Amino acid sequence: MIDAASVNERPAWLERENHLERVVKIGVFGVVIFAVVYPFLSVLATSLASEVDVVKNGGLVIWPEHPTLNAYRTIFAGGVVTRAITVSIAITAIGTLLSMAATIGMAYGLSRQVWGGKYFLLLALFTLLFTPGIIPNYLAVKQYGLLNTYASLILPVLVSAFNLVVLRQFFMNIPSELLDSARIDGANDWDILLRIVLPLSKAVVAVVALFYAVSYWNDFFNALLYLNDSSMWPLQLIVRLYVVQGAPLPGAGDVAGDTPPLQSIQMAVVVVAMIPILLVYPFLQRYFTRGVLSGAIKG
Amino acid sequence: MSAVDVNQAPATLGRARVRPAAPARASVWQRIWRDRIMLLLILPGVLYFILFRYLPLLGNVIAFEDYLPFLGITESPFVGLANFQSMLSAQAFWQATANTIIIALLQIIFYFPAPICLALMLHGIISTRVRRIIQNVVYLPHFISWVIVVSLWQQVLGGSGIFVHTLRDLGLPAINVMTEPGLFKPLVTAQLIWRETGYATIIYLAALLSIDSALYEAAVVDGAGRWQRLWSITLPGLLSVTVLLLILRLGLILSVGFEQILLQRTAVGPAAGEVLDTYVYFTGIVGGQWGITAAAGLIKGIIGTALVIGANKLAHRMGQEGVYS
Repeated sequence: MIDAASVNERPAWLERENHLERVVKIGVFGVVIFAVVYPFLSVLATSLASEVDVVKNGGLVIWPEHPTLNAYRTIFAGGVVTRAITVSIAITAIGTLLSMAATIGMAYGLSRQVWGGKYFLLLALFTLLFTPGIIPNYLAVKQYGLLNTYASLILPVLVSAFNLVVLRQFFMNIPSELLDSARIDGANDWDILLRIVLPLSKAVVAVVALFYAVSYWNDFFNALLYLNDSSMWPLQLIVRLYVVQGAPLPGAGDVAGDTPPLQSIQMAVVVVAMIPILLVYPFLQRYFTRGVLSGAIKG
Repeated sequence: MSAVDVNQAPATLGRARVRPAAPARASVWQRIWRDRIMLLLILPGVLYFILFRYLPLLGNVIAFEDYLPFLGITESPFVGLANFQSMLSAQAFWQATANTIIIALLQIIFYFPAPICLALMLHGIISTRVRRIIQNVVYLPHFISWVIVVSLWQQVLGGSGIFVHTLRDLGLPAINVMTEPGLFKPLVTAQLIWRETGYATIIYLAALLSIDSALYEAAVVDGAGRWQRLWSITLPGLLSVTVLLLILRLGLILSVGFEQILLQRTAVGPAAGEVLDTYVYFTGIVGGQWGITAAAGLIKGIIGTALVIGANKLAHRMGQEGVYS
């Protein structure tokens, strides 16, 4: 996707659209954007609503007239949600670090000609064609003694073959003259990775790290499958339990004074669960619209 | 001192120059020693793939066992093909298969064309800035987890959402779309469209931008109108990528939105909402019928892999690069 500045102008051959076409076009895009944005706004509005706002319209909040942060105070006051947030942040941070270390190491090793490299690459690529399946995965994690440990949220998804291919492709495009000259100056493979390859690949490394972070943050199924103890659950599972399934939230109403309505608390949890994504999104989209990854996306 | 040094000198030099030019007569151990740092860097990834992507395949043997968790994989009694027989006579299995295929077909009919239409419309926007803004909005839902997506939809379509409110204001019966079994399949298709359409335009937009604009100029000179150009230049330009993506999608026909459906199946019940993957989860891991669901998972995995490989072969035959090339 190359958006050169020249694309910005109307080509000479293109006829001007008439009024009707213009109106239809704006109308359609208006509907599309509304359909994407409205659910987010609705959740945000409800999370900020007070009891009065929620009751007034039978639960529907368009605009909170008496906005309050009580719902957020409640969920950050300790208890289930606060703990789940901590778990999610820790899993995302540690998981991303470990995933990046394993993926960078493997991608770098396989980007040069090393002993057995072809076979190691095939070993990874074949996994794009099949997954062991839910039950075999579960049995393996059980067999390794990882059930009910946080390691079960990281190790089974440590390396994504797709991310591996993206990084390897980028490393392969670094001119080998550069690496050879460093080698002549006495640098070993390790120095070359740290001092030359990684500094040259900052952008793509950042994108891959963000992709890993997003998938760790968003994951709920591994936690559902491998963690029996609900006190260990990450935020996404808590959202599933208390919002999607509507279980009563313990500890709601612990804040002194007026109790925030249950709906607001639920929506506040949803907002907290998506804020990290919204924060990293500008960085993510800057890279993929520039096309760092579009060449690697095959379907 | 002397002989050893002389022998080692060329090897060291060869390594220092260009790696591939290392002496061909180097033994395996010499090459491993030469690449030791690289191999150490590769090792964690290789271990991961072996431990978590290949070795678990062995767990499929419980499809041939009367698996009992306290006996474990090696001690449980071997029962041959009995699990497969009971699977084939289990009504729930066929229900799940039917649901899976119906949802997959709904997705191909309604979801698949959506990104093509959106990409064509985005391509028609002349101002780069306006297009960027719209792109950034429509790409966003792809990065939101299914748990959150379902929460958002509940908020809009559920009991206290704007949809039910509007219905009530209009004096219509208030339907909760989220819990209506009859609407479940259209609902999950609509959610997929909402979440993935924008992001999926990326690949079509790339194809559109690669169409030579001289073709359009020449067509205008020859008097072709807007629709004629769409039909004769733009759509043919999208054909190959469309065919490729369609083939790949057909290869995934047995795996429809596992997480998405897992989250919402309980609200509508298994008759409307069970698909193969959720059947394996609910009946096997939750319900404890390990053997029969392992058999179902194994069959699904084999057919699914065959379909993906077949789809790739087909794509190759049509001159495209598949998932693996």
